[in-house]
Amino acid sequence: MGLLVAVGVPAIQIGYVILVEHLLSLLPARTQRTLRPGLWLAPALAFLATFLIYPAVYTVYLSVLDARSAAFVGVRNYVFAFTNREMLIALRNNLLWLVCFTGLTVGAGLLLAVLTDRVRYEAAAKSIIFLPMAISFVAASVIWKFVYEFRPAGAPQIGVLNAALTALLPGFRPVAWLVNLLTNNLALITVGVWVWTGFCLVILSAALKGIPAELLEAARVDGATEWQVFRRLVLPSLSPTIAVVATTMVIFALKAFDVVYVMTNGNFNTEVIANRMYKEMFTSRDFGRASAIAVLLFGATVPIMIANIRRFRQQEAIR
Amino acid sequence: MAQALQPLRATLRRAPLHVVLLGLCALWLVPTVGLLISSFRPPRLVPVSGWWTALVPPYQFTLQNYRQVLDAYSMGRSFLNSLFITIPATIIPVIVAAYAAYAFAWMRFRGQEVLFTIVVGSLVIPLQMTLIPVLRLFTALGLAGTFPAVWLAHTGYGLPFAIYLLRNFLGALPRDLLESAAIDGAAPLTVFVRLILPLSVPAIASLVIFQFLWVWNDLLVALIYVGGAPQVAPMTVTVSHLVSSLGQNWQLLTAAAFISMVLPLAVFFSLQQFFVRGILAGAVKG
Repeated sequence: MGLLVAVGVPAIQIGYVILVEHLLSLLPARTQRTLRPGLWLAPALAFLATFLIYPAVYTVYLSVLDARSAAFVGVRNYVFAFTNREMLIALRNNLLWLVCFTGLTVGAGLLLAVLTDRVRYEAAAKSIIFLPMAISFVAASVIWKFVYEFRPAGAPQIGVLNAALTALLPGFRPVAWLVNLLTNNLALITVGVWVWTGFCLVILSAALKGIPAELLEAARVDGATEWQVFRRLVLPSLSPTIAVVATTMVIFALKAFDVVYVMTNGNFNTEVIANRMYKEMFTSRDFGRASAIAVLLFGATVPIMIANIRRFRQQEAIR
Repeated sequence: MAQALQPLRATLRRAPLHVVLLGLCALWLVPTVGLLISSFRPPRLVPVSGWWTALVPPYQFTLQNYRQVLDAYSMGRSFLNSLFITIPATIIPVIVAAYAAYAFAWMRFRGQEVLFTIVVGSLVIPLQMTLIPVLRLFTALGLAGTFPAVWLAHTGYGLPFAIYLLRNFLGALPRDLLESAAIDGAAPLTVFVRLILPLSVPAIASLVIFQFLWVWNDLLVALIYVGGAPQVAPMTVTVSHLVSSLGQNWQLLTAAAFISMVLPLAVFFSLQQFFVRGILAGAVKG
């Protein structure tokens, strides 16, 4: 069965173009030129329409219907999305994710890009920071749940964070990082930062290397301090790249799901929008509310979508 | 004397740089090292002592945890499921995207710009916008809870980025090369197979790694479309269930998590440069 699929599916796909080209070759050259692009695009367009465009439109429609999609309820689901207590916590937390996750990943990525640029073990250091990118958020959640493991004061701490702090700070009382209302959201965001900083590092580091070395040397020769070089030359040249990286991080902050689902499932005020939507969909079976929450999430990404399209248009104009 | 001290002084001045950088690297590595070591420790020691105590003699390590999660907690089954989900869900979108990218980059047609703008726009559509309608569709077709549902969904979700990446790469290929091939009367299919595909191997390699890691590490799509059914659940779903059911059995949880990390880590270490190249080629995946 497995082998059949592994061979069969690509065979069908390859067969498709061969068939298309064979049929086209029977037609006059002009007709061929008109029909060919559509036929090469057809499989992709069919997938995009079925799995992205049509469902997105349909979800907007479902968001004004009731739980079982039977009756029109107007904006009731949206009123719920902005007034329900759990939803308000989720909105607050996503804002926290937006600010802290984006700030920390981009900040740490920038710092590490500058630092690694100056040492001989650059490649090794980058690999270490980049490594978590290969790990699933589920595995990362297990890794960090173990880091945050809490035992009451006096008992041997088996979580490395509480153990290190107890050993280093006299009088430190172990903290239940994922339960404590002051620390738990930041504890979750830390996991996201640990995974995604490598992504920011790789992109920012490549951009940093694109700045002409003579430019920086000239400034240093003229007596500029390292900080001035960074502030006046490096940072301005990197700012377009920082903007791109930051928008990507914003999208991930908005859609944060796996870490929260696995580590706390939104308990102790750690709820986020995406997990709320999952719960409305599967626990409460309220498709109206779940759809309204999804539309809310989509609405937050629309400005980014527009910015991406603008940037793409500009790039195309230069080509 | 002062001359002899010069290199030493330079080293000292750079010391803070090394301390900060090596400190950050250690910070990034320690959590994973802790997981790896704990997964090899005997069950009776894990709850009573930190994993770092295992670094000094007497060394006590065991494979028992791995045996247990593979047999009793269906991690073996899940590993195969993950493979069975990931391989087709990587191959299908890459082929579909290659056709579309070829059309976008090297054919002229009406509506080309509008269509590609839609592709760029759909890069950031949150999956949440699609879950309910697609699940209904799969249920109506009898596909919910099956492998093909996950393959199709991942193909749809992965396509915008795949088309975007490949089209940008193909669009940057030298124009003369392809035009001379067209003048020589080569059929479009021949140009695609003999010229385009060989030239785009680096881009396709990046894309394959990207899609592979994305699907292998995905939780949400698997959770929605295969649900809890253990006979089709990939490792991410199984491990997330174990987190709630095993609770404090850290030696088992860490072993299970490590099994789920082995393959992506191997891919990462052997093909890191392609992965990095893919990210640099414009990663705005949603």
